[in-house]
Amino acid sequence: MASVDIRQVRKAFGTFEVIHGIDVDIGDEEFVVLVGPSGCGKSTLLRMIAGLEQISGGEISIGGRVVNQMPPKERDIAMVFQNYALYPHMNVFDNMAFSMKLRHAEKSLIEQRVRQAAEILDLTKYLDRYPRQLSGGQRQRVAMGRAIVRDPQVFLFDEPLSNLDAKLRVQMRTEIKALHQRLRTTSIYVTHDQIEAMTMADRIVVMHEGHVEQIGTPLELYDRPANLFVAGFIGSPAMNFMEGTLRREGDRAWVAAKGDLALPAPRGVGGSDGQTVVYGIRPGHLRIASDAEQGLPAEVEVIEPTGDNTLVFCRLGDIIVCAATTERHPLQPGERLRLVPQRDAGHVFDAATGQRL
Amino acid sequence: MFVDTKHHRPAKPRAAPAPPRFRLGESRAAMGLLFMLPAASILLLFLAYPLGLGVWLGMTDTRVGRIGHYIGIENYEMLWMDSVFWTSVFNTFLYTVVASIAKFALGLYLALLLNRHLPFKAFLRAIVLLPWIVPTALSAIAFWWIYDSQFSIVSWSLQRLGLIDNYINFLGDPAWARASVIIANVWRGIPFVAITLLAGLQTIPPSLYEAATIDGATPWQRFRYVTFPMLTPIIAVVMTFSVLFTFTDFQLIYVLTRGGPLNATHLMATLSFQRAIPGGNLGEGAAIAVTMIPFLLSAILFSYFGLQRRRWQHGGTD
Ligand SMILES: Nc1ncnc2c1ncn2[C@@H]1O[C@H](COP(=O)(O)OP(=O)(O)OP(=O)(O)O)[C@@H](O)[C@H]1O
Ligand SMILES: [Mg+2]
Repeated sequence: MASVDIRQVRKAFGTFEVIHGIDVDIGDEEFVVLVGPSGCGKSTLLRMIAGLEQISGGEISIGGRVVNQMPPKERDIAMVFQNYALYPHMNVFDNMAFSMKLRHAEKSLIEQRVRQAAEILDLTKYLDRYPRQLSGGQRQRVAMGRAIVRDPQVFLFDEPLSNLDAKLRVQMRTEIKALHQRLRTTSIYVTHDQIEAMTMADRIVVMHEGHVEQIGTPLELYDRPANLFVAGFIGSPAMNFMEGTLRREGDRAWVAAKGDLALPAPRGVGGSDGQTVVYGIRPGHLRIASDAEQGLPAEVEVIEPTGDNTLVFCRLGDIIVCAATTERHPLQPGERLRLVPQRDAGHVFDAATGQRL
Repeated sequence: MFVDTKHHRPAKPRAAPAPPRFRLGESRAAMGLLFMLPAASILLLFLAYPLGLGVWLGMTDTRVGRIGHYIGIENYEMLWMDSVFWTSVFNTFLYTVVASIAKFALGLYLALLLNRHLPFKAFLRAIVLLPWIVPTALSAIAFWWIYDSQFSIVSWSLQRLGLIDNYINFLGDPAWARASVIIANVWRGIPFVAITLLAGLQTIPPSLYEAATIDGATPWQRFRYVTFPMLTPIIAVVMTFSVLFTFTDFQLIYVLTRGGPLNATHLMATLSFQRAIPGGNLGEGAAIAVTMIPFLLSAILFSYFGLQRRRWQHGGTD
């Protein structure tokens, strides 16, 4: 088990820089998820940690040792690939035993370790099957088994669940989390799925175009996104945004938006009177007003019931906002209603920099 | 697959059922035969007929310009006693085994080189194909010059380097002649092996190498445990073809040495031709050709049974 320190790490392919100085400190036994949109450099960062990609600048250390120049096998890491990368000509047992065989480990030890890993992953029945003869989920487990057998300092996962169907994905993500709770091996997990990130991570690193946007626990990111990008990326359905002007009067602050809307800013909001801002509020924090209440006048456009809650897309001024409600309102498209933002649930971002105020 | 189309039919009842009559388009068997006819007739005309004729000729004493009579296995009995025939059998095996091994080793090496990131990759790959594109007779003539006893560039260079005193008699000395034709055959056969193996190499996903690297494999171990096993199916196919082509080689030998010196480079194919056409002994030539069949068949059967698709290549069933 080890910590992983990433300091000012850069990566350039030729002259094209794709990672622009990233700092992340990953603690011992931590489960960290790198999340971001496609092409933001998650895989590249992970592959630099694994040693599959040269580090163009900065320093990566694992367990206190700088590994920049160290070949992968000395870094004591194991990696699970998106396409599993199982050796098709070896059966499940040999796939899992391969790394130990290369190290000339004793036969009995190999046998014991592989059986143990197979036990954990419920693969015992399949040990002499070939990868072709396994389902996607089983292959995924073999790939994990191969990593477990090595008993490494760090597990690296590159979108290991993205080839599975939705249901299996949910099941496997619970299994991976349970596995981590059992083995406590430091893990770095790459995904572009923010739900996966939220549910699995101890801490999330949100990346965007080769930069780190924010690092924090899932709820920190959800409750206090540091900037517009994180606010829009984390949470599903996505946060609603409205442009406006920040207004202050005494200790009261609100955002004045087009169409005479006054959106209550949360307590303790920064920024100055007259500043151009973006106001954000999550769909779950917009309530449909009862008859007597004040609220933002809106018109229903589309209703999407998901079962647990109902997403109501409404036209508010010249934008569409989404409100999520667990109540069952008998709404019709075209109907007029009023929306009430929950107190202190709004987020205010500077329009120019995108930073939270 | 038969799709049940019942439900798509219009509901209205059919008119009185048509009287049963034979329609070509409705009979699968008849249509099948019809479609097979062109291919089958080509195979019969150009493969089966010459083969049958050859086998028949081998059992006659046909000469050029004279209809022969059936003489049973007399030709084969004569060949059994014929030391030149046995020399040609030996030569054919030597030629096939040495050339095939060399082609495999060098072809695989070349494929591995070409599979790496090289400058001018496409250009280099095209160059490698050259020996394959040039007509055999043409390249044989080029080799003939290279091996010439007076104008050989090889001898000239070696002499200039001070390594030899006299020009080497490449095609005149039995041992040199054997080596020379094998080298020419290898040169010509490498592209086929190299390019096919290269195609095989490119189907191996890079992530397998990355996984092996992380698992701690050295470059040699990556080749030994990933590349080679994954390449075996294509190696089997390529080498079967390579062995068949080499075993039946004719053009190169015929241009370079005509089987000489002292029959040292006579292969079964060249001897067969020699006896049949210039020698006029069609029956005997055919018999020699027929003796090649068992060897070729066993090579094919070996590759068919011994090198079948491995278990790991098959899809899974529970
Ligand atoms: N070998 C390479 N040569 C040049 N550019 C590359 C190479 N590999 C990746 N890139 C570039 O680096 C950037 C980051 O790629 P990377 O694979 O890390 O993205 P990612 O965040 O993993 O995306 P995804 O979610 O789609 O896997 C991309 O812009 C990509 O085009
Ligand atoms: Mg990726």
